[in-house]
Amino acid sequence: MKNTISHRVADFLKNFPPFNFLNQKDIERLSQHISIIYKEKNAVIFSENEEVHDSFYVVHKGAVTLKNATDNDILDMCDEGDIFGLRPLLANENYKMDATAHEETILYAIPITIFKPYALENPAVGNFLIESFASTTRNPFSKNHRGKLYGDTVESSVETETKLLDLQPVKYSKKIISCTATTTVKEIAEIMTSKNVGAIIVVEEMLPIGIITDKDLRNKIVTGEFPITTTAISIMTAPVITYPKKMTITQAQMAMMKSNISHLCLTKDGTVNTKVVGVLSKHDVMVALGNNPAVLIKAIKRAKKIKNIKPIRARIMQLLQGYLDQNIPITLTSNIITELNDACIERVIEIVLSKMQQPPPVKFAWLAIGSQGRREQLLHTDQDNALVYEDVPEELATETNTYFLELATHINKGLFQIGYDYCPAEMMASNPKWCLSLNQWKNQVHQWVTNPGKTEVLLSFIFFDYSLSYGDAEIVNELSEYIFEIIKANPTFYVHLVSGALQSPSPTGFFRQFVVEQNGIHKDHFDIKKRALMPLADAARVLIVSHSVKSISNTPERFEKLAELEPNNKELYLACSYSYKALLKFRTKQGLLHNDSGQFIALDALTKLEKIKLKRTFKTIKELQELISIRFNPSKIVL
Amino acid sequence: MIHFINKAKYYLFHLLGLSNESTDEQLSGAIDSTRFVVLDTETTGFNYDTDRILCIGAIVLQNGVIPIQESIEIYIYQEHYDSSSAKIHGILKGQVSNTKTEIESLQAFLDFLGDSIIIAHHALFDITMINRALERNGLPILKNKTLDTGVLYKKTLIKSNLLNHKDHYSLDELADKFDIPLKDRHTAMGDAYITAIAFLKILKKLRDKKEITLEQLFK
Repeated sequence: MKNTISHRVADFLKNFPPFNFLNQKDIERLSQHISIIYKEKNAVIFSENEEVHDSFYVVHKGAVTLKNATDNDILDMCDEGDIFGLRPLLANENYKMDATAHEETILYAIPITIFKPYALENPAVGNFLIESFASTTRNPFSKNHRGKLYGDTVESSVETETKLLDLQPVKYSKKIISCTATTTVKEIAEIMTSKNVGAIIVVEEMLPIGIITDKDLRNKIVTGEFPITTTAISIMTAPVITYPKKMTITQAQMAMMKSNISHLCLTKDGTVNTKVVGVLSKHDVMVALGNNPAVLIKAIKRAKKIKNIKPIRARIMQLLQGYLDQNIPITLTSNIITELNDACIERVIEIVLSKMQQPPPVKFAWLAIGSQGRREQLLHTDQDNALVYEDVPEELATETNTYFLELATHINKGLFQIGYDYCPAEMMASNPKWCLSLNQWKNQVHQWVTNPGKTEVLLSFIFFDYSLSYGDAEIVNELSEYIFEIIKANPTFYVHLVSGALQSPSPTGFFRQFVVEQNGIHKDHFDIKKRALMPLADAARVLIVSHSVKSISNTPERFEKLAELEPNNKELYLACSYSYKALLKFRTKQGLLHNDSGQFIALDALTKLEKIKLKRTFKTIKELQELISIRFNPSKIVL
Repeated sequence: MIHFINKAKYYLFHLLGLSNESTDEQLSGAIDSTRFVVLDTETTGFNYDTDRILCIGAIVLQNGVIPIQESIEIYIYQEHYDSSSAKIHGILKGQVSNTKTEIESLQAFLDFLGDSIIIAHHALFDITMINRALERNGLPILKNKTLDTGVLYKKTLIKSNLLNHKDHYSLDELADKFDIPLKDRHTAMGDAYITAIAFLKILKKLRDKKEITLEQLFK
């Protein structure tokens, strides 16, 4: 039945091979027989040795992981527009791998009986299928590619790695930044700055006649050799070294090393006599080669669209997995990953700001709150954030608030697009309660501290762990000063903070066995966040606030600072810091293993050693809770 | 707010000739094997007495699968026409060629619907419009069980006095929250599709909290 939805499906399919080889009418006919399938995150689409379905699949939204069932190795990741599960259908054999939804996914299932005639009739479709079957993997996340990134791989995988690079075509930028021979150097520098590139091609009638790189500007202009008004022709490097666009990564690397250059100019036939089709920089090669923080940071900073950041986040997770596999200290790991995540958030905000009609009317700061604010968020979780802006005169208040709410809505949406789920409790800057001017925030904090009910304490818990993600540090500083002042003036607030911190349920029961969830979907799982991490984080907050220590929001760092401030409790605090890190690492590993937040742990899946390790941290938690309940005993606080 | 839902529910069930407490065997089945029909109507306006249905779009949803072949999009020929609503649904009088008469359309729709459970956004409106049309044509009104994504969505929200939830969430708001593209918005079928995806995402959210049965969806 031809209808609105089949049109929409056809519109999507026509952009992707092999469907783009079909004519519009055929795609529409095909689309009428398609089923749309919704898969939850981690849902199985098919598994190894399962009998084939009558349809193959195209990813419409989301992503699908193809895995080797026996060793759990990722073979491929299918993205929007990718097809999978077709080969077994044509070969008439059972599925050879597992396919699961990596995130929430919508698939189009195309019945093979409907599709087959097109594949047979249309040579372009047939060729595409043969080619895509010949290359088993085309994906940078796959096992082979990952091996080399951390140095300590077995030889065989290095071999496949090299082979793969030899085969992999390079990805170059097709947007060519160029100028003419008569463009002044000043203009060139401006163009290069605004386009954020390190080289510009000098063209004449579409043909490349020279290239100017950052190095040329440094060596020839900044040294004073040529004036800033000089033209391109006098400083460019000529002739340009050109290559054909069909290069592999290895070839490109060799070419750069051979001529000691950082940019390759790609032309239609590889000579200077044809049109420029692209530029390949050393950076492009680096990106293709693998994941390291420096490359990823650069890739994030260069991302022009929010949707380009999402794949980078996937690579950050790869990096995290590698660090954990190699047992790199969690402090270092957590710092690097947080840095990268922060860079993603910053870039999202920059992109959103550049798309706003007007620049912000006054200075503002974007705050990460909760675990993100404590810089302890290694896995993808919910977003918790708030916005504070400079005070404005009464008559501008509404207008200013409207601006920042709109900005925050776009930023929240952008963060959602790169994989941060919306906060179910709506603790997000797009919520008018979390998007306030400095004075309004002060009033809000004042209210929390002077009327501390259960909710007020909870809210201040979440809010007091803020850290600056983007914007003006001065405003945030002023707010922090205010918070300490007001708490000092209201010592009773500690009592509430402490009782809040002691409220977390105990991790072990009477016989020192783990206390597991009694019902719900996580029945019989251990809630590591609520029962182990939160008590430590809450206690650290109370103690650090009582010492009026500003700008340390990370829990282990807070404990380390406390150890310094209270030498008599040094041992306990250091144990807390250690325990927290161990728990965090534990949670992160669990999360990566199950592609979730790692909050709920199936105890029977743990080894004895792991259980002992976990239990050891509980002793520390108990001691710490005793310490704070004695120290902040209501009778001891001078009212 | 709760009061309102109960009231709306009461009217809805009353209207459908169902009791609120109904727990017959249809509801004992598993959610995944149940055949749902997700529908939306485009009408000439919001008046149950004078306005008419211009188009019914309906799709089948079973076990997370929407087979396109089993969907219907019926354009209905109507004498009554209100040009002011045209800017919403974009259906111009006499422009759609393959229209059917109201009775033919209803018959085709009833055949398609069978005894499936209906899902619609703000279902009360669509169901009432359809029932009025059935009555006008001397046909019995719908007896199918109905789920409203507007009501179900509110179940996914955290109950807390810190949050002010609205009484009504439009389909646009749901689409925004769940990142569903708004293509084909305000065509009967496009809206039915958005509603279906929203339903699946709501179901996932509810299941994340707690395993849920078909019967519980109606509570």
